[in-house]
Amino acid sequence: MSDEKKTLLKVEGLTMKFGPRGRQNTVIHNVSFEIGEGETFGLVGESGSGKSTIGRCIIGLYKPCGGSIRFQGEIMEPGEMRREIQMIFQDPMASLNPRKKVGDIVGAGLDIHKLYKSREERDELIGSILERVGLSRDQANRYPAQFSGGQRQRVGIARALIMNPRLIIADECIAALDASIQAQIVNLIRNIQRETGTSFLFISHDLSMVRYLSDRIGVLHRGFLLETGKPDELFGHPVHPYTRNLLSSIPSPNPIVQLHPEEHYDYETSGIVYENGTWHTVGESSSHLVLCTDDEYVKWGAGK
Amino acid sequence: MSDTAEVILEIKDLDISFRSSGETIHAIRGVNMTMRRGETMAIVGESGSGKSVTMKAAMGILPDNAVINGGSVLYRMESGSEPVDLLKADTGWLRDNIRGRSIAMVFQDPMTSLNPTMSIGNQLISAIRSHENISRSEASGRAVELLEEVGITDPVRRMRQYPHEFSGGMRQRIVIAIALSCNPSLLICDEPTTALDVTIQDRILDLIISLQQKRSLSVIYITHNLGVVARVADYVNVMYAGKIIETGTIFDVFYDPRHPYTWGLLSAIPDGESSDELYSIPGTPPVLSEEPVGDAFAPRNPYALEIDFKEEPPMFPISETHAAATWLLDERAPKVERPRELNERIEKMKREASEYVR
Repeated sequence: MSDEKKTLLKVEGLTMKFGPRGRQNTVIHNVSFEIGEGETFGLVGESGSGKSTIGRCIIGLYKPCGGSIRFQGEIMEPGEMRREIQMIFQDPMASLNPRKKVGDIVGAGLDIHKLYKSREERDELIGSILERVGLSRDQANRYPAQFSGGQRQRVGIARALIMNPRLIIADECIAALDASIQAQIVNLIRNIQRETGTSFLFISHDLSMVRYLSDRIGVLHRGFLLETGKPDELFGHPVHPYTRNLLSSIPSPNPIVQLHPEEHYDYETSGIVYENGTWHTVGESSSHLVLCTDDEYVKWGAGK
Repeated sequence: MSDTAEVILEIKDLDISFRSSGETIHAIRGVNMTMRRGETMAIVGESGSGKSVTMKAAMGILPDNAVINGGSVLYRMESGSEPVDLLKADTGWLRDNIRGRSIAMVFQDPMTSLNPTMSIGNQLISAIRSHENISRSEASGRAVELLEEVGITDPVRRMRQYPHEFSGGMRQRIVIAIALSCNPSLLICDEPTTALDVTIQDRILDLIISLQQKRSLSVIYITHNLGVVARVADYVNVMYAGKIIETGTIFDVFYDPRHPYTWGLLSAIPDGESSDELYSIPGTPPVLSEEPVGDAFAPRNPYALEIDFKEEPPMFPISETHAAATWLLDERAPKVERPRELNERIEKMKREASEYVR
């Protein structure tokens, strides 16, 4: 989709079902998108929309039921895990082993893949990555409980970063943090983006943070990717009624200017059937796409 | 929002500590706030700032290791009656008259505040009957009306359903229905929409606003989301390290913030346009196991003066409604400007507001 960048990850027709045979629920419907080298793709949607499931399929925690995931041009086996793809989780307390020292948590990937020749080299790698995320070297000997929430999330980022990943999947990685700490972590992620050129799949329900961090955004609802585009395209000219409803629901920190959705969107009564939609380009832009039928395309004024 | 309405809740010099494993944590260090009947007040702050503890003290639901060192929570139950100090009231009396009756509370996670093994009809009926001596069928009729009032369609059928059969937003509506079941005068909403998505959040806030107007409720929101505050509140109290550091109308605080901590909070929200480094408050909030010397915010405050490290600032009044606890407001303090980016942002908000009104 981005012309100037090489494609790093290509997801095509991804489908995921859960539940016992015969009574399966489809939670991801035929989702396709690409992430370029050094690009950040933001995935937004309500809880249960399938954001995390997509992330978990890519990293190999789930085996997709259909579709393909290509990484650096190669098709990945369902459930295949790669060193070049790392993940930062939501809850920094639940995702760090409380009985291990932070240095060993961060260095676990190095140990598994035997990525060092000597003990000194290992400690040096761990120390420098801790400094990179804003912690000090001697904190490697402490336990997660001795860290604050924001510091723990820095440990989670260090653990992902030490493997020199090409793609980091950040699943709601700031949701559990306090307002004043969120901005610190977001700035850290941005600096890492710029300095290392790592691609990100940034999964969040916080639309203003997604807008701030992403090069392109995808809107997910009920397991369907409904609309994708650059932040300005999506926020400036949202086309799909769900996207419009979502964006106008963000409460503004301006007491007098409070936008309200013109009407509440309800899939059941909207008359839209996501299954019938196909991808249409919005206006002239090659990056702004919406899932709809030809009739809906005209009705929503997407041709403009 | 009228200043003539009588005071319903007045918290004076509230001071609370927690004892845990040999340590004493001084969680609330002198909180004062006044609220009039029919108003909507918001308390903003990070976790550990004391916003929830303040409200739990008012309802008498502090955990066992809490020690109230002093202060009072004066609450006027009915219009014209004498205010009662809830901190000195007997627990039995609080249970019968205040908790869930005159003051009701809506918590963050609707899944944990509902009983998963009981149909929602039974939960509503038992809530109604625990406070009122009426028959089951009468209570059941009231329950149906309440569900209808909070926007649950087909309430008679849904009375028989269990919490897991409802979506998060619907569950929160049910929690609100239970909270309203005994006609409270004051509703405390503790992060009522944090677990919900923005589209659902918008509807729940709309619901609370409409119920408030219909029932002339006073509402206190405890939240960390400044967007929610701007949307619903008349007044806002910003808390930091167990104290209120800025108080005012939402117009005071959003268009003319005076405390550097409030500046930081407002600057840390991405405004959707600039892609420069996001302003972030350095450091982390203090752990109150040690009594802070001077202003608790001073170590994180780029605008801190020498005195901030020695002496705690008092509340400086700015206008009749607006006050902030920062030495920058002292007449002897050097003149310090708000960060330029924040000023530009405020100017932009004001411009948008004037266009919006027109």
